[in-house]
Amino acid sequence: MHKVLIVGEHDGKTLNPATAKCVTCAGGIPDVEITIVLLGADTASVAAQAAALAGVKSVLRVDRPENEHPLAAIFAPQLVAVAADYTHVFGPSTSFGKDLMPRVAALLGVPQVSDLMAVEGPYRFKRPTYAGNAIVTVEADPARKLIATVRVASFEAAKTGGSASIESKSTNAALPSHTRYVGAKTGSTDRPDLQTAKRVVSGGRALGSAENFKLLFSLADKIGAAVGASRAAVDAGYAANEMQVGQTGKIISPDIYIAIGISGAIQHLTGIKDARTIVAINKDAEAPIFEVADVGLVGDLFQIVPELERLVSG
Amino acid sequence: MQKIMVCIKRVVDYNVRIRVKPDGSGVMLDGVKMSVNPFDEIALEEALRIKERGANIEVVAVSIGVADTQQQLRTALAMGADRAILVQTDAAVEPLTAAQTFLAIAKKENPDLIFLGKQAIDDDANQTGQMLAAIWERPQATYASKVEISGGKAAVTREVDSGLETIEVDLPAVVTVDLRLNEPRYVKLPDIMKAKKKPLDVTSLDALGVGAGALLKTVKTEPPAQRQKGVMVKDVAELADVLKKKGLI
Repeated sequence: MHKVLIVGEHDGKTLNPATAKCVTCAGGIPDVEITIVLLGADTASVAAQAAALAGVKSVLRVDRPENEHPLAAIFAPQLVAVAADYTHVFGPSTSFGKDLMPRVAALLGVPQVSDLMAVEGPYRFKRPTYAGNAIVTVEADPARKLIATVRVASFEAAKTGGSASIESKSTNAALPSHTRYVGAKTGSTDRPDLQTAKRVVSGGRALGSAENFKLLFSLADKIGAAVGASRAAVDAGYAANEMQVGQTGKIISPDIYIAIGISGAIQHLTGIKDARTIVAINKDAEAPIFEVADVGLVGDLFQIVPELERLVSG
Repeated sequence: MQKIMVCIKRVVDYNVRIRVKPDGSGVMLDGVKMSVNPFDEIALEEALRIKERGANIEVVAVSIGVADTQQQLRTALAMGADRAILVQTDAAVEPLTAAQTFLAIAKKENPDLIFLGKQAIDDDANQTGQMLAAIWERPQATYASKVEISGGKAAVTREVDSGLETIEVDLPAVVTVDLRLNEPRYVKLPDIMKAKKKPLDVTSLDALGVGAGALLKTVKTEPPAQRQKGVMVKDVAELADVLKKKGLI
């Protein structure tokens, strides 16, 4: 029997969809029992959401005031205490999981496998390296606890309809005082979340200015899409950091990805290759983006985008 | 603040298009251009900027790898590091082993800050900084886009999925850096000449008491599944038609 502990990500109100994808990944392990652990100041409502995920046996709530903000230095010792009863500990490959999980692994003195993209056995997994250009199969030692992050773009979200038990758990882990939360500046938006959106409209350097990005926001709002950007566009100051898609930005898997004025650097393509359909609009017919696009259109984006918006809103 | 340690990895250059060996045993590295991991260059640049703000700070660049890693450490010295340490090994070093090695160095050097890149662009693991902070029992501030040091503390703005987050950590601490923290300087020829005279010490995992310990086994390396090349449409009307037919819009 393999017992997988999944570290749930949430903001105190909503369970991040990445957690449901970790459940699907863990479900690929044979003979498995899945538990979700939630750390927070008050996890009552997110615990109910976690308990509804199909395939989850139990949900553990570790509520204490120090857990209000997800600080790795605060969470890690508590997770080490909870992890004692499990063979595997998984977290999502989001900024939350990537920050936290290696700290847990090192405290346990075990290695971590980052970005699981396929489960081939309880201790055998595939993961991407070199910006997704070399996929490696790794085997871990079954005698050790396995810590991993899950590449969420590689898995569908677990369905709801489950009814896991919910219990409170307390640990006597000593928490450090050397790390303090100060504040956050979030790009608040009514648009869908980039990481989980079904539709994404994304712009590159060819947009030419932050002002011109409004063309994309306008199209995105017509079709209910999130807006992303290439690294070049972010570096040029046309788009916010959190909009970056690619090796060092977000790895996404929408149903449709519309790349506008993006040439398609290899580091960008690694972030979008799990998209179901890629549409490319670029004035350069030789742009590498057309090598991976399902549908391509060569032309001037400043004419194409407004017209596309008009045609799809009809 | 007296000393900043910067951890550097020798990796295949950012511009090289990697190819997988036909027998699946790894990627082709023969004759491939090697460089300082770009994120580690940003880490070093940040350390140098703190030093150049006037404080009397020593910047020590540390790497783990084959003998030729001296080239990357010489680059770090040319950028402005005061001295360098190479932990020489031919073994493939996993993040946990790297963290244990950097810890052994940190215990000798007692730096106030350790900077690393948030990830290396070869294994893309994104683990070493966090692991080092854990076993050093010190704070971590990952994915830094702004670092402000004052009075034994660092206020670090972090790039997170939802935007930016700021945390405050007591020093000593580990900071891993993201893309937009700074733009690393270009190395000038006179600096390369000067760097040749700077100290570069070579030590080993054995001397530091760290086991190479391959805890994970890579059993196969393969190229990614290729996407099929799609269709080109002639105008916007046809594009809108295709998308509607596919039920995508």
